[in-house]
Amino acid sequence: MIRVVLPQHLRTLAGVDGEVLLAVDAPVTQRSILDALEARYPMLCGTIRDHATRKRRPLVRFFACAEDVSHESPDAPLPDAIARGDEPFIVIGAVAGG
Amino acid sequence: MATIRVLVGTRKGAFILTADGKRKDWKVSGPHFAGWEIYHLKGSPADPDRIYASQSSSWFGQVIQRSNDGGKTWEQPGTPREDWVENAGMNPDTGEFVMPKGESNKFVYDTSPETGRPLTTHQWYDGTQHPWEFKRVWHLEPSPHDPDVVYAGVEDAALFKSTDGGKTWRELAGLRGHESGPQWQPGAGGMCLHTIVLDPNDPERIFVAISAAGAFRTDDGGKTWRPINRGLVSQFIPNPEAEVGHCVHRIAFHPSRPDTLFMQKHWDVMRSDDGGATWYEVSGNLPTDFGFPIDVHAHEPETIYVVPIKSDSEHYPPDGKLRVYRSRTGGHEWEPLTKGLPQENCYVNVLRDAMAVDLLDPCGIYFGTTGGQVYVSPDSGDTWAPIVRDLPPVLSVEVQTIR
Repeated sequence: MIRVVLPQHLRTLAGVDGEVLLAVDAPVTQRSILDALEARYPMLCGTIRDHATRKRRPLVRFFACAEDVSHESPDAPLPDAIARGDEPFIVIGAVAGG
Repeated sequence: MATIRVLVGTRKGAFILTADGKRKDWKVSGPHFAGWEIYHLKGSPADPDRIYASQSSSWFGQVIQRSNDGGKTWEQPGTPREDWVENAGMNPDTGEFVMPKGESNKFVYDTSPETGRPLTTHQWYDGTQHPWEFKRVWHLEPSPHDPDVVYAGVEDAALFKSTDGGKTWRELAGLRGHESGPQWQPGAGGMCLHTIVLDPNDPERIFVAISAAGAFRTDDGGKTWRPINRGLVSQFIPNPEAEVGHCVHRIAFHPSRPDTLFMQKHWDVMRSDDGGATWYEVSGNLPTDFGFPIDVHAHEPETIYVVPIKSDSEHYPPDGKLRVYRSRTGGHEWEPLTKGLPQENCYVNVLRDAMAVDLLDPCGIYFGTTGGQVYVSPDSGDTWAPIVRDLPPVLSVEVQTIR
C-alpha cells in the first residue's frame, strides 16, 4: 500500500487521522497517487490540484524520500521506497501567510 | 419569542452567535472550519435551517459547506458522506462506474459553445490583459423562495448559480462575457464580485457589484447584463464618469422598494430611484464618505446606515472614533451613533459584507470589525454593545430572525 501524509486541514476535510493508505497500480507516480487519493476522498478534489487544469496548486508541495519532487513531471515514477510503502508520499502546505 | 442567529465569517473560521429577541445574552458557537478563511455564510430565507458557507484558503482553494440544521452540522453538498467510496460502484443501468467528484467545490468558467463566452481577459495592474482565474467565493446569496437555489459571487469576477443546493455550479456567463469585460480591473482586494441583490418580487432581476468594474443589472435571470453606473464619479479612473471601472463597495435596498438602491462607493454614498439607471450623491454631512458597508432598516425604507472610514489610504475611522452614521431621510442628513462604541483610540475597519439587520421591532443592527468585535444595537442604532470582542478579523456578518 502507498502511504500518503496530508496536511492538517486536508485530514480534517477528508475526515481521517494520520496517514492515508492507498492501493495504487504501478507505475507509481504523482498522478497515479493523486488520482487514487481523489477517488477515495472526493472532497479533496481541487484542494491539491486545480479542478480545471489538474496542475498542482501553487502553495502545495510534494516530498518523497527527503526530496522536493513538486517540479518533477507528474508522470515520472516515484522512488521504489514510495512504491513499496517504506516511505510516505508527503503533501505539504508551503510555510507562508498569517 | 424569536431567536436571533448571527452568522460571522472571519479570517480563521466561522462563528454562530445566538440570542433571544431581547438580544442581550448571547451564546457563541465556533470556530467552525477552524483556521480557514470564511468569506461569507448566509441562511436561506425560505428555510432558516439551510445555511451556505464559503470556506477557502490560499493553499487548498475553495470549499462549499452546507448545513441543514441551522449550523450544528455541515457537509460538502457535492460529496456527502454516503457518496464516499464505500458506496461508489457500478451503475447497473449504464454500466458506468459512479464516483463522486467534489463537484460542489468546482467553479469553472463556462466557455462552452452554447454560451459563446470564451475565457477572455481583463485589465491587470500593469495595464496588460490578464486571463480570468478563479480564486474564491466572496458572497453566497440564497434565493428568497427556494432553499436549493443559491448564487455565488466569485473572484475573478463572475456569477455562478446552483439549483441543486450547492451540489453543482454553473456560471451565468453573460456577465463576465459583457463587452466591457476587458476594461474591468482588480481593486486592491482582487477583482471580486462581492454584492448580489435579488429582487424578491421579480426572480429575473438581479443586481451585482464588482470591484473595480461597477454595478450591473440583469432583467432576464442572468442571460444579459447592463452596466448601471451613470452618475458615479470616480477620480481614480482616467474618465471619472466612465461606463465601467468604478469601485463599488456595497449596494443595499429595502425589499419593499426594489427600485430604490443605496450604494457605498469607494468614495461617495449614492442613491438611485430608478433601479440603478441613474445615481446621485447623498453623502450630505458625513464626516467622510469613504467606507465599505451600507444597509437599510428592516421597517423604515428611508433609514440607512454607513460606517465612515477616514480615507482609502487609511482604512480606519476618523479621529479614532468608531461611529455608525444613520440617515432617516434616505441620505443627505446623517447623525452619528456612538453610545456603546469606542470613542477613542479605535483603528479598526468594517468590511463590506460585515453589516446586517434583523427583522424584529425595534430593528437590530449588527456589524463586525477587523479587530474581531461584533456589535449589536437592539434599538435601531441608538445604543450598542459588543457580543464578542476578540474574534479573528471579521469578514462578514449576516443575521437570521427565526420566529
